[in-house]
Amino acid sequence: METTAVKEYTFKDFTSDQEVRWCPGCDDYVILRSMQKALPQMGVKKEDVVFISGIGCSSRFPYYIDSYGMHGIHGRAPGIATGVKLANPKLSVWVITGDGDSLAIGGNHFIHVLRRNINLNIVLFNNEIYGLTKGQFSPTSLVGQKTKSSPYGNTQPPFSPGELAIGAQARFFARIGGNTPKEMTQLFIEAEKFKGTSLIEILQNCVIFNDGCFTQYTDKAIREDKQLHVEHGKPMIFGINRDKGLILNGLKLEAVTIGENGITKEDLLVHNAKEQDPTLHQMLVRLEYPLVTGIIRSFDDVTLEEREDALTAQVKANSKFTKTDDLFFSGETYEVK
Amino acid sequence: MITAKPKNKQEVLEAVVIRFVGDSGDGMQLTGSQFSDTSAMFGNDVATFPNYPSEIRAPQGSLYGVSGFQVHIGSIEVSTPGDNVDLLVAMNPAGLKTNLYAVKPGHTIIVDTDSFTKKNLAKALYETNPLQDGSLENYRVIEVAMTSLTKESLKNVEGLDTKSITRSKNMFALGMVYWMYGRSRDHTFDFFNKKFKTKPHIVEANTKVLNAGFYFAETIELIPNAYTIAPAKMRPGTYRIIMGNTATAWGFLAAAEKSGLELFLGSYPITPATDILHELVKHKHFGVKAFQAEDEIAGITSAIGASFAGDLAITTTSGPGLALKGEALGLAMMVELPLVVVNVQRGGPSTGLPTKTEQSDLLQAMYGRNGESPVIVIAASTPSNCFNFAYEAAKLALEHMTPVVLLTDGYIANGSAPWKIKSITDMPAIKNNKIKEVKENWHPYDRDEVSLARNWAIPGTPGLEHRIGGLEKDRVTGNVSYVPENHEYMTKIRAEKIKRVENYIPELTTEFAESGDLLVIGWGGTYGSLHSAVKQMNEEGYANIGFAHFNYINPLPKNTEEVLKKFKKIIVCELNNGQFAKVLRINFSGYEFLQLNKVQGLPFGNSELIEKFKQLVK
Repeated sequence: METTAVKEYTFKDFTSDQEVRWCPGCDDYVILRSMQKALPQMGVKKEDVVFISGIGCSSRFPYYIDSYGMHGIHGRAPGIATGVKLANPKLSVWVITGDGDSLAIGGNHFIHVLRRNINLNIVLFNNEIYGLTKGQFSPTSLVGQKTKSSPYGNTQPPFSPGELAIGAQARFFARIGGNTPKEMTQLFIEAEKFKGTSLIEILQNCVIFNDGCFTQYTDKAIREDKQLHVEHGKPMIFGINRDKGLILNGLKLEAVTIGENGITKEDLLVHNAKEQDPTLHQMLVRLEYPLVTGIIRSFDDVTLEEREDALTAQVKANSKFTKTDDLFFSGETYEVK
Repeated sequence: MITAKPKNKQEVLEAVVIRFVGDSGDGMQLTGSQFSDTSAMFGNDVATFPNYPSEIRAPQGSLYGVSGFQVHIGSIEVSTPGDNVDLLVAMNPAGLKTNLYAVKPGHTIIVDTDSFTKKNLAKALYETNPLQDGSLENYRVIEVAMTSLTKESLKNVEGLDTKSITRSKNMFALGMVYWMYGRSRDHTFDFFNKKFKTKPHIVEANTKVLNAGFYFAETIELIPNAYTIAPAKMRPGTYRIIMGNTATAWGFLAAAEKSGLELFLGSYPITPATDILHELVKHKHFGVKAFQAEDEIAGITSAIGASFAGDLAITTTSGPGLALKGEALGLAMMVELPLVVVNVQRGGPSTGLPTKTEQSDLLQAMYGRNGESPVIVIAASTPSNCFNFAYEAAKLALEHMTPVVLLTDGYIANGSAPWKIKSITDMPAIKNNKIKEVKENWHPYDRDEVSLARNWAIPGTPGLEHRIGGLEKDRVTGNVSYVPENHEYMTKIRAEKIKRVENYIPELTTEFAESGDLLVIGWGGTYGSLHSAVKQMNEEGYANIGFAHFNYINPLPKNTEEVLKKFKKIIVCELNNGQFAKVLRINFSGYEFLQLNKVQGLPFGNSELIEKFKQLVK
């Protein structure tokens, strides 16, 4: 990434002249504002920023950011973004998607973009419902959830986006509540810094069709007690009084209280996001109490562009062809007089 | 049965059709392509047609596992691989059974007698041995114990297993045919040396077997050197033999170099289009970015992304893949980005006949999307002009800011023919609509007044940040717009932009007659079959038959109606149920478009065309 001579931007530089049309009170406003605050802190030029989206409420996002953008078709943003990045690796490329867009209709692209590890960022707005089509269950809706398309309760068990992503070789996975803009802004900056595909799942409240779906974790009054915000290299501590933590008990994670049963701070697990082995990361992703937020996994690996660039350089160095004429007139040609 | 009766006088023929058939693992494709390459270098015009099953290795000896390769070589212009066969080389009973119908009575069949075992005869559903029951008495049958002779010739070569020994018997057959037609073995020797560089014993074995076949034909004087095919009169220049799919790939390489853009291919493997991907992945030295995606949809969407970012972007597929790409193609049309979609048509519908040819995706290419969604549709018509039309597709996409569908088909994609090599310096210039700097009052959908192409502002350009997408856009600002009048205006301008392409493409030409009783119309890959049929009738004295072949389908050439009105009758010949005839009926009322259609997965045969045309002119 070229960082030289990047001018000082403010969030206004990334605010387009378009009227934002989400429902009043939607977490999407928080996400937009957090992104507009994060972008000036990334050291990238405005003209090098590209937002690509699919279809759904979240996918209107690119219209509201003053940079390059394409509002694509349902589920296919990872494909479009891959093409943009391979065509011009110096761009900062962002995919904006939702739980239906990325995990239902676009599930195939979602797992493959993660597997390849192209250096782009994916922001997944998870609200466990279809909003734009007005309230059907999604692949993250809970069993039993009553929606427009499941009036007697949903019978399809959900995906956990992080579990699926890490299973698909995701090197970077972070999770954050939709009502914590400061932490979210910081995660966007970290995702851009990370070399490889970054996935950020945002627990985004849909005020109309699934209001309160994450309240048990994200309500301001209780979130300190219900969420563990992990940081690389730091012990896994949570709670309003910072007296709770995680230990490994056999093959299971266990929430404990410091001072009870002889537990001290030193007994707690220390978070290692950079570990290649995803076992512990998967356990953190699956945990329901506390709900783990922050950068759960951040494993440095070779990117697709790096592999491609290295191969291209090698082929170019060994090739006798520089122009198409060299190829066309090479090998088995013959003259007609 | 005529058993190799020697003919002493040297026969000089204008053209000859040879078909090599055997099990799908017998190496028939290699044998055929070696013979056609050698003949081309000798100066013959050639046309080839491989015909193989979709199973990679079908059960040995079975009727459906027969793989064939047909070569038509001539001292005259050869525009099809030919219908009827002068020489059939059958490596097993199944090959003989499935191909005997094509051999001209009195002509030659070479068989490997070693393969006519009880077991193989049973697998080919022969009740009696055709070599003994008199059923081949109308042919000149040359019986050669090819497998044993191959084994014999290799008994002193070390390091070969039985499988590699028996598998090289195709080279014995090739050696015999080289001798029959007075061809040099040098090209094939070169091929062995290159192909098996690291395996000298394989080079030695193949060389020995090729020579054994060649000397066998000569020494035992079974077959006199009876046939000569003189070099054809072709325009002077440097040539090479090229397959249609390779020519398509190379056309894009040339277009990228000429336009100064990098080439991006997003693709998913599908028969018979995959060879274009195989070819382009080789050319990283030209900066080609060939991306094998997870599916057809990611193939086209990655290309759309690359196009947004300023590359010459293409995606390649065949019928079912085009269906999957439909929605994304609509997006590319809506955002007005340059994109080429190559559809190498195969037998449909659904999975259909993947390894066979057909022209039944024309209407899918024209209309297979939601909404009013016009794109340019063009079609290549010979293996070598796939180069020109790939280049043309890229040029039209870039200059008019639109997706272009390029239709080829399994027949020309897998067929090969001599190509008079085009240097990049001989190709027409390609402009593009990129803008580099901010202009006052700039908008993403600002259009060229004449062509209506919008401008192309690519990410990384300061001051031109903008958003595009599948939602309808305001005609001026490019912002999302639901205004009824604006949607109608934009729908019309997108259609008009494609319509105006007619001002940039060549006029339709007629061959053999400018006016008369019958106009034969074709499009795409049937050019060779139709051209040679009309030519033959012309030579027989039918002077009132004209031939018009379309490479431009949407829009049609501007003078199309001028051509139609000069003939009393019009017949549209296609390998489908009449799709182009429908397009013509929509565009030109008041004409009766007769139809000749064939949907067998095979190209037109010369005789079926001539028979039909003769009925129409009496």
